[in-house]
Amino acid sequence: MSFNRRFMLQSGLAVASTSLFGTGRAFAAAPGPNVPAALIAAAKKEGAINVITLPRDWANWGVTMDRFQELYGVKLTDDNPDGSSAEELQAIRTLKSQKRAPDVVDVGPAFAVQGKKEKLFAPYKVATWAEIPADVKDAEGHYYGDYYGVTCFAANKSVVKNMPQTWADLMKPEYKGMIALNGSPLSAGAAIGAVFAAALANGGSYDNVLPGVEFFGKLNDIGNFSPSKAGAASLVAGQTPITIDWDYLSLGYKQANASKVEIEVVVPKEAKPFGNYYCQAISAFAPNPKTARLWMEYVYSDEGQLAFLGGFAHPIRFDSLVAAGKVPDSILKTLPPASAYKGIKFATLEQADKAKKVIADAWPRLVKVG
Amino acid sequence: MKAPIAWLFIGAFLLVSAIFLVAPTAMLAVQAVIGDDGLTLEYVQTLGSYRYVKAFEHSLYLSVLSATVGVIAGALIAFAMLKPGAPRWLRSVVTSFAAVAANFAGVPLAFAFISTVGTLGLLTSMLKHIGVDLYAMGFSLFSIPGLTLVYSYFQIPLMVIIIIPAFEAMQPAWREAAENLGATGGQYWRMVGLPVLAPSLLSGWILLFGSAFSAYATAYALTSGNISLVTTEISAVLSGNVSSEPQVGAALSVGMIVVMVLVLAASQMLARRASRWTVKQ
Repeated sequence: MSFNRRFMLQSGLAVASTSLFGTGRAFAAAPGPNVPAALIAAAKKEGAINVITLPRDWANWGVTMDRFQELYGVKLTDDNPDGSSAEELQAIRTLKSQKRAPDVVDVGPAFAVQGKKEKLFAPYKVATWAEIPADVKDAEGHYYGDYYGVTCFAANKSVVKNMPQTWADLMKPEYKGMIALNGSPLSAGAAIGAVFAAALANGGSYDNVLPGVEFFGKLNDIGNFSPSKAGAASLVAGQTPITIDWDYLSLGYKQANASKVEIEVVVPKEAKPFGNYYCQAISAFAPNPKTARLWMEYVYSDEGQLAFLGGFAHPIRFDSLVAAGKVPDSILKTLPPASAYKGIKFATLEQADKAKKVIADAWPRLVKVG
Repeated sequence: MKAPIAWLFIGAFLLVSAIFLVAPTAMLAVQAVIGDDGLTLEYVQTLGSYRYVKAFEHSLYLSVLSATVGVIAGALIAFAMLKPGAPRWLRSVVTSFAAVAANFAGVPLAFAFISTVGTLGLLTSMLKHIGVDLYAMGFSLFSIPGLTLVYSYFQIPLMVIIIIPAFEAMQPAWREAAENLGATGGQYWRMVGLPVLAPSLLSGWILLFGSAFSAYATAYALTSGNISLVTTEISAVLSGNVSSEPQVGAALSVGMIVVMVLVLAASQMLARRASRWTVKQ
């Protein structure tokens, strides 16, 4: 699914600005992850790394980048921080053999697949490889997911007295005209996520998204669905008191508006959540190949992975980190219960493409607005 | 060359229309029929699918309805304020307001309506307080009737502005002549007033239809594409985060152009009939 990061950023500007690790001091005393000394030495010799399109206020990348430089004493350059996945691949293609070419990229799954096809990535497996779920990694290690988000409910508690906990709850008459998406699933990524998630909870599957459209059709028929556009402002104002959106955006809205209104975020319980994710990959033409590998080791280490939670993005190793008791309680209590994320599965590109076609055909038929 | 200066300007005009009107239209038409493997009618045929037929239906319905509301209400307001005996200040108040309101569209307009008659709007809440629940009564701002209401907000003032000159051109002598010949007020309007105004009302309607048909930002800000209109569908296939099908966008645009051409052609025919009554100065 080609989620465009620029778009997601626009919808989540407030996210992570004052996040848990916003000061970067949380790790100051920690010794850094356990990485082979030879790799560190080789990286120090190269002395630099070029990353690309990592916004400082997105998924806590600012903290991760600062910490990496501090730990290993290499100079990090973040090029085009607000660009798109397509621009990242284009930079690999056009800057080949230049010193300022990107060493590592962070791209949406569709672009990761394309990059491998064009032989733009160098395969590498990090030490924690086994803990990365199989459906978000290339078996040869050309790319693998680094963080993800899931579809959740967010509600303005000054309007919504009883927080809906399940998809079935949304059908209750007390939520009349309250439930909104950030747009039509014919054009908005988070709305597609909502349809997918509703399908999983209502007898559908990653291969059969139709029950999700039917769910919204019914929600619309009984008058609970509001075609109004949902966003941070409308959620806070109460115009769209219940929104179905990504968890990292919703948790960001909750934190950013804590002084104005109480927002509750729930990951519905009927089925495993629907998630979307980003992938890290090393450029095949990296000018600093050793530092690029050290970067990967750091990002996938316990410390690098936990940092994502500061920006409310879930690290790809979240399940195993929780199982091993490595996520501090102080972080866990800012998030929906970890059990809701357990065993998360992701749609393949083929499934996502098929779902888009089904939704484009069925949504206008079944969700009649106007 | 009798008037080289005039030709210079006409040449410039033709050049500008070629660059900004003819060329883009031709490019859209070409883009709509060229696919990955050459010439294809695939994209034009998608216009027949339920999704896009519905979008055209919504767009046409909304445009016809809001243009008609605009023409009737706008003409009545202009008539009332220009009537002999109407206070002079009324005229300046109405024209000033109309000039502002006619240009108040897009996102700010949508938000103004959301905060007034949205589900939690000021008016909605006040009415609820006195026992009138608009939304329980079936009204919704986020529906086609709701959109019509919002569109009327700029359609009516627009009509007021464009119809004022037509009313002003109507001479009191005609009315007096009709009355002297024994015509009632109704007869005067049916046989003199309306026929004289008809071409102006018609062209006003076309203008309002076009402005509603091509409007995008207001509807998008209100419902973000949940009520499908042709314009929001074009945006969904061109700049959405879900699918990128520029050729379908081109086909939809060509469809819009065809609708506008048909409407204009029909109005030309009507105007020719109506213009028998045009005032000869």
